[in-house]
Amino acid sequence: MSKQLALVIDLNVCVGCHACVTSCKEWNTSGEAGFLSDDNPYGRDPTGTFFNRVQTFEVGEFPNTQTVHFPKSCLHCEDPPCVPVCPTGASYKRAEDGIVLVDYDKCIGCKYCAWACPYGAREIDEHQKVMKKCTLCVDRIYDESLPPAERKPACVMACPTSARLFGDVHDPESVVSQAIRDSGGYALMPEWGTHPANHYLPRRKTEITLHRDELERVDNPLKIDGLLPKPDVRAPSLDDSTSW
Amino acid sequence: MRPAFSVIFLTTLIGAGQGLFVALYSAEFGAWLGVWAMPSEQYFSLGCVLVLALLGAGLLASFFHLGRPERAWRSAAMWRSSWLSREVIVLPVFMAAAAAFGLAHHLRGAGDLTLTLGGAGVALALLLFVCTGMIYACLPFLQEWHTPLTVINYLLLGCASGFLLGTTWAAAQAPALLVTAAAWTAGVTLAALVMRGAALARNARLRPKSTVQTAIGVKHPRIAQKAQGFMGGSFNTRDFFHGKSHAWLRLVKWGFLLLVFPLPLALLAAGSALASWPVLAAAFLLQYLGLLAERWFFFVQARHPQNLYYQAIS
Repeated sequence: MSKQLALVIDLNVCVGCHACVTSCKEWNTSGEAGFLSDDNPYGRDPTGTFFNRVQTFEVGEFPNTQTVHFPKSCLHCEDPPCVPVCPTGASYKRAEDGIVLVDYDKCIGCKYCAWACPYGAREIDEHQKVMKKCTLCVDRIYDESLPPAERKPACVMACPTSARLFGDVHDPESVVSQAIRDSGGYALMPEWGTHPANHYLPRRKTEITLHRDELERVDNPLKIDGLLPKPDVRAPSLDDSTSW
Repeated sequence: MRPAFSVIFLTTLIGAGQGLFVALYSAEFGAWLGVWAMPSEQYFSLGCVLVLALLGAGLLASFFHLGRPERAWRSAAMWRSSWLSREVIVLPVFMAAAAAFGLAHHLRGAGDLTLTLGGAGVALALLLFVCTGMIYACLPFLQEWHTPLTVINYLLLGCASGFLLGTTWAAAQAPALLVTAAAWTAGVTLAALVMRGAALARNARLRPKSTVQTAIGVKHPRIAQKAQGFMGGSFNTRDFFHGKSHAWLRLVKWGFLLLVFPLPLALLAAGSALASWPVLAAAFLLQYLGLLAERWFFFVQARHPQNLYYQAIS
């Protein structure tokens, strides 16, 4: 089976810091494909083109609520509805790695692909007048001038809590496939049959189980733990000193 | 969805042009069958000029929808998968057929050639209706559009508009045809009323398949968005929200129902009884205004699932 690169985002770990958003913007506005337009960046109504957004949802009713930070970018669907509708062929899915891309030189800016994406993953560039979207940092992940550990999307590199995993979801042994398998990874809006490649890992209950040996450190790994102070059996106790 | 005015003008103008062409050809076909007398050659040739003017205006409007109109030629490439691409191909081919039909009438008069060319033109006009309608009907998660009624209504409303213009044209150029044309126009308009009503009734009962639960994959019944990730607007907050009140939507709905169906029908009856083309022209213009409102409402009514991600700024 062919490769399908994707992100797996762990909602249990995401703290909503927006580092992935700024890192994505920084990388993708500086590349060969040109800038990502901004308007009024320091003004009253700043607006601009982004590939990635972090949103926040409150689940439940006060006081029993949970805050879910939810990063959202193109899901690189296995059956992307945005691709067949494109009249020019500017929107396409790469056969070799499954990344959904826009050829900015072919795009006519008709926005039909944005209408055809149920996730709102595409944003038009208001100045270049072409549709833009997450490229999974295609200009980074194959760059052999980077050390292998850095051949990852900018958002993955930036995440301080490692909430974002990157890999091939068609390879059952990849870190992303294992995470999906072991931690209940799911896809967004499965009702439309788009089969998103990106998956999300759900919030989990965090429980700590303490065992006796963990408290007493019987294995005493560095041999420096002393025994807990225990008084001699003949030593006076409080009872001895008060009940004469 | 936020209505795109270029697309509203495109679809209503080419719809009227296609409908007018079907009306012109019906006049020739009926005359060929011997049901009524053959109208003058001018009725056809100048009628085709009118058809081409409407289609040309629609085509011009469509360019305003594009961010990069200079690359519009590229949009014919993906006809195997994209209804938009198919529309881009069928529209000029239909225009060529209409031009050939009008020219054949002008140069050689009605005959086998015009009958064949016109037949091909009608087939292309119908195909163009299907292409235009399917652009919207093929998107499954825009549930308000994802129905055969979308294609049927593009066809019937375009034909109603074009037949009304054909009747006006008949009042000016082929008075013998007027009563028949008026009857056909009334029939098509009533059929359009039934199907548009059916679409409104269907959409009023529609339940969205996507919810905020499926959007973020959390099953809890109570989920409230607290932040969308940015304070100012974005493409997602601008192009998918119409920002109009419910009352305004109701007003537009009843407005277009009134302007597209009963008012033009009343003027059609009056205009054909008086054999007055200005009255019929007024009926066409009034209905065209109504069709603009109808198309506006068609866009506004569609609820895009991406809006689930943009329910609260912060």
